[in-house]
Amino acid sequence: MSLLEVKDLRVDLPVEAGMLHAVRGIDFSVDRGEMLCLVGESGCGKSMTSLALMGLLPRRARLTAGRLDFDGTDLTAASERQRSHLRGRRIAMIFQEPMTALNPAYTLGNQLCEAYLRHKLGNRRAARARAIHLLERVGISAAAERLNQYPHQLSGGLRQRVMIAMALMCEPDLIIADEPTTALDVTIQAQILRLLRELQQEFGTAVIFITHDLGVVARIADRVAVMYAGEVIEAAPTAALYANPSHPYTRGLLSCIPAPGKTPPGSRLQAIPGVVPSLVGHVEGCAFRNRCPQAQMTCEQTPPMQALPDDHRARCHFADRLAPAVPQAEMSS
Amino acid sequence: MTASNVSSAGPSVPSSSATGPNTKPMALGEIPLPAPVWSRLTRRLFGHRGLTIGLCLVALAVLIAIFAPLLAPHDPYFQDIANRMVPPIWHDKGTWEHVLGTDKLGRDYLSRLLYGTRISLTIGLIAALISGVIGTTLGVLAGYFGGRVDAVISYVITTRLAMPVVLVALALASLTGGSLVTVIVLLGLLLWDRFAVVSRSVTQQLRDAEYIYAARTLGCSRAYILVREILPNITGALIVVITLEMAHAILLEATLSFLGMGVQPPLPSWGLMVAEGKAYMFFQPWVIVIPGVALFLLVLAINLLGDGLRDLNAPGGRN
Amino acid sequence: MGIFILRRIIVALSVALTISIISFMLLHLSGDLAASIAGPEATVEQVEQIRVDYGLDRPIINQYLDWLGGALQFDFGRSYYYQSTVVDLIVDRMPITLTLGGLALAIAVCVSIPLGVVAAIRRDTWVDRLALLFAVVGQAMPSFWFGLTLIVVFAVTLQWLPAAGAGNWQNFVLPAIALGYYATPAMMRLTRTGMLEVLESDYIRTARAKGLRAGSVIFKHALRNAVIPVVALAAVELGFMLGGSVVIESVFSLNGLGQLAWDAISRNDYPVVQAVVLIIAMFYIVLTLLADIANAALDPRIRTR
Repeated sequence: MSLLEVKDLRVDLPVEAGMLHAVRGIDFSVDRGEMLCLVGESGCGKSMTSLALMGLLPRRARLTAGRLDFDGTDLTAASERQRSHLRGRRIAMIFQEPMTALNPAYTLGNQLCEAYLRHKLGNRRAARARAIHLLERVGISAAAERLNQYPHQLSGGLRQRVMIAMALMCEPDLIIADEPTTALDVTIQAQILRLLRELQQEFGTAVIFITHDLGVVARIADRVAVMYAGEVIEAAPTAALYANPSHPYTRGLLSCIPAPGKTPPGSRLQAIPGVVPSLVGHVEGCAFRNRCPQAQMTCEQTPPMQALPDDHRARCHFADRLAPAVPQAEMSS
Repeated sequence: MTASNVSSAGPSVPSSSATGPNTKPMALGEIPLPAPVWSRLTRRLFGHRGLTIGLCLVALAVLIAIFAPLLAPHDPYFQDIANRMVPPIWHDKGTWEHVLGTDKLGRDYLSRLLYGTRISLTIGLIAALISGVIGTTLGVLAGYFGGRVDAVISYVITTRLAMPVVLVALALASLTGGSLVTVIVLLGLLLWDRFAVVSRSVTQQLRDAEYIYAARTLGCSRAYILVREILPNITGALIVVITLEMAHAILLEATLSFLGMGVQPPLPSWGLMVAEGKAYMFFQPWVIVIPGVALFLLVLAINLLGDGLRDLNAPGGRN
Repeated sequence: MGIFILRRIIVALSVALTISIISFMLLHLSGDLAASIAGPEATVEQVEQIRVDYGLDRPIINQYLDWLGGALQFDFGRSYYYQSTVVDLIVDRMPITLTLGGLALAIAVCVSIPLGVVAAIRRDTWVDRLALLFAVVGQAMPSFWFGLTLIVVFAVTLQWLPAAGAGNWQNFVLPAIALGYYATPAMMRLTRTGMLEVLESDYIRTARAKGLRAGSVIFKHALRNAVIPVVALAAVELGFMLGGSVVIESVFSLNGLGQLAWDAISRNDYPVVQAVVLIIAMFYIVLTLLADIANAALDPRIRTR
C-alpha cells in the first residue's frame, strides 16, 4: 500500500475576480522511500498541493478530495489537532526561501529542537544530541556551536541544510520539499540535491520534491508528475518520461533544456509560446490547447487521463497516437 | 475564455436561487461568493465609509465656518446676565431661544459653538500649512542630498522631537501673550516634525528612481528636479500628513486655550469654552459636553479623512 | 554593539545641549523677561531694578554659560516665586509625574498589545473593527476633556474614585487612564500591523509546518518579532506623556512636574520653566536611548552584529 494516496484533490481560492481553481482534481500516490517530483511552472498549483498535504492552506482556501490518505489516516476527516500531530512528526516540509524560513529571533538550536520536543520524542538533552547529529550529517561543521547561532549568521546554503536537518528531526515518513534549491547558487544547488538524495536513501524517507526545473528531476526522481494549470497532465517513472514524453507540454518543457552535445551551438533556445490560462471561473477543455502545436477541435473537450505502457499516464487526447514531434526528442530517440 | 465562462455561468444563477441554494448540484463556475469575499468587500466599504463620513463632516464644518454669521441665532459675544446658564433644549428647562443653552455670561452657546468652528479650522489649516512648508523643505533636502545635509537635518529633527511640545508652546504662548495669531505661528513652528520625517523617507526612495536618473542625465537642474519631479510624487503622502497635523494642531490649540495660555477670551475657542465651563460641570455637565463633542467630532472627521486617503494611496496596506 | 551605543550616547548628549540652548534662548528672546516679572503696573525704574537684580542686563551668552555651568552640577538657581531652589522643587514634584507616567504606560501597554494581537489574528472580524474604532476614538478625544468626563462619571456621579489630589493610589487611577488612552491608539495599530506582517511571514509557516500549537506559533514565534518596534514606540510615548502630563495634572489637580511648570509659566518663574523643559527633554532622550538599546537586545540581527 502506498504511503500517501491522493485522488481528485481540489483547492479553490476566492479572489477578487471570482473563484480561482488552483488545483483541479489531481491524482498521485507516493510509496515509502520513493522520491516523487512534481514539476511545473509557477502558478501551476504545485505549491498549493504541498500546502494542502500539510494542512497549511490559507484560511480562505477550500479543499475537497476524493481521497487523501496518509498511511491509513484519512486527512480530509482528520481534526486540526490530529493533523498538527502529523505535521513535523510524520510529514515534514522544506521551504523555498532559506533566508526567510527561519525565525530571526531564535537560535538554530531552539528552532531545531522545537518539533522534537513538541512531539514528545525525548527530553531537551536528547533533542540537542539529535540536532547536533543531524547538523553534522547534513554537512555542517562545528555543529554544537552552531546551535547557539542565529539564522542571520549563516549563508543561504547553510540555512537550507539547517532546514533539511530540521525536517529530519522527528524521522518523518514523508518530506515535502518545495523548490528547496531554487533560491540557491548553482554549485550549492547541486550539493543540496545530492544531500537530499543521499539522506532519502539512508533514512528511507519518502520525498515529494517540487520544482520547475526538469533538469533537476532527471538526477534525483524515481517518478515524475508534470503539472499544468492545476492538473497533473503526465505522470511516469523518470526513465519512461524522458524516453517517451507523451504530452505536448512535457515535450515542450524538455525542448527548453539545452542539452550539451545535443543542442547545436548557436541554435535558438526553445520556448513554449503563449501564456498559462487564467484559472478563475469555470475551466473547460484541455488547458494547454491555446499553446499546443497539435491542438484540434477535440481539445475543446476535457481530455481524460490515458494509460500508456510502463505505468505511464498522460492527459491528452492524442497521447497514444502522436509520434514524438519535437526535434530534440527525435535526436535522442 | 474566462469572460465567456463567467457570462455562461450568469444565467444559471437565478434558476438555482429560485429552486433553493442546494437543490441542484453546482458546477464549479457558479459557486456563490463565500464568506471571506464578503468580509473583504465590507471592509472596503467600511474603509470608504470612513472616508465618506470624514469628508462629509469636514465639508459640513467648513460650511459652518464660512456661513457662521448666517447660521448663528445670536451674537456670540452678546452677554445677557439675566439669562445665565440656560440649559439646552433637551433639558426640562430648555428653550428654543437658546437651543444649546447659554454660558455663565449668558452668551448663546450654539452661536459660540458655530463661531468656534472658524477658530479651530483656521488654526488647523494655517498651522498645518506653515509646518508643512518648513517640514517638507527640510525633509526633501535631507532626503535628496543625503550625506552631511541629511545628518544635520536629521539632528534638527531629533532635537525637535525631544522638546516637550505642550510645555514649550505653553511657555512661549504665555511670554508672547496668547492671541489667535501667535498660537497659529507657534503651532506652525512646532509641528513640522512629521512632515520632515515622511518627506525625507519618501524622497530617499524616489532619489534612486529611474526617472530621476533620467532627468539628471538630461541635465535638469537640481531645483527643477526637486520641484517638478520629487514634489509631485510626495504630495500623496503629504496630504495624509496634513490631515493628521491639522487634527494635531486643533487639539493642541484647544489644550493651550483650556490651560489659559492659548486663544484669549472672549473668543469662542472650544478649548476655552470647556475651561470656562469646568466650574459648572458637576451640575450642568452639558457646558463641557457640547464643546468637547464638537472638538471630538471635528478631529475624528479629519482623522477619518486622513486614514481614508492613506488607504486610497496604498491599496491593500491598511493599518 | 558597543560602538553603536556609544554613538547614540554622544548624539543624545549633544541633543540635550542643543535643547538647553534653544529653551534658554527662546525664553530670553521672545519677550522682555524683566518686564514680565515686574508685572504690568511696574514703573520703568522698577523694571530696570529687576533687570539688574536678576542679572538680566548682562550679555545673553554669559547668562547662558552661567546657567549651564550650574545646570551641569544640578544647580538650576532659585525660583523667583517659591522660597527654595529649583532642584528642591523638582525633586519634590518628580515622583508624582513619574508615577502617573509609569501607570499610564502600563495601562497603554496592557490594553494596546493584547488588543492589537487579537485584532490581527481575527482580522476583518467585528473584534478587529471594534479595536479600530477604539483607536480612532482615542486619537480624536482631547485628553483634558476625556479627563473631565472621567471625573464627572466616575468621581462625581458614581463616586467610585476621588477626583483630585495625590494622597494614595486611588488618586492615580483616573489620571492614568486618561493619559494612557492617549498613547494607546498608536501602539495598538503598530502591534496590529506588525502582527499581520509577521503572521504572513515564511518562518510562521515553518513553525506551523512543525506541528506547533497555535499558541506557541502566535506567542513564541509571531509576537516576539511583532513587538520589537512597539517597544521603541512605548518609550517615545512615555516621553510624550511626561511632557503632556501638564494637561492631566491640571485637570486632576495633581501636584507634579507639569503642574509646577504650568504654575511657573503663569507666574513668570523662568528658572523653573527652563529646568522643567530641560529635564523632560532629558527624560525623552534617555528613554529613546534605552529603547534603541532594548531594540538591539531584542533583535539578534542587531545584537550580534
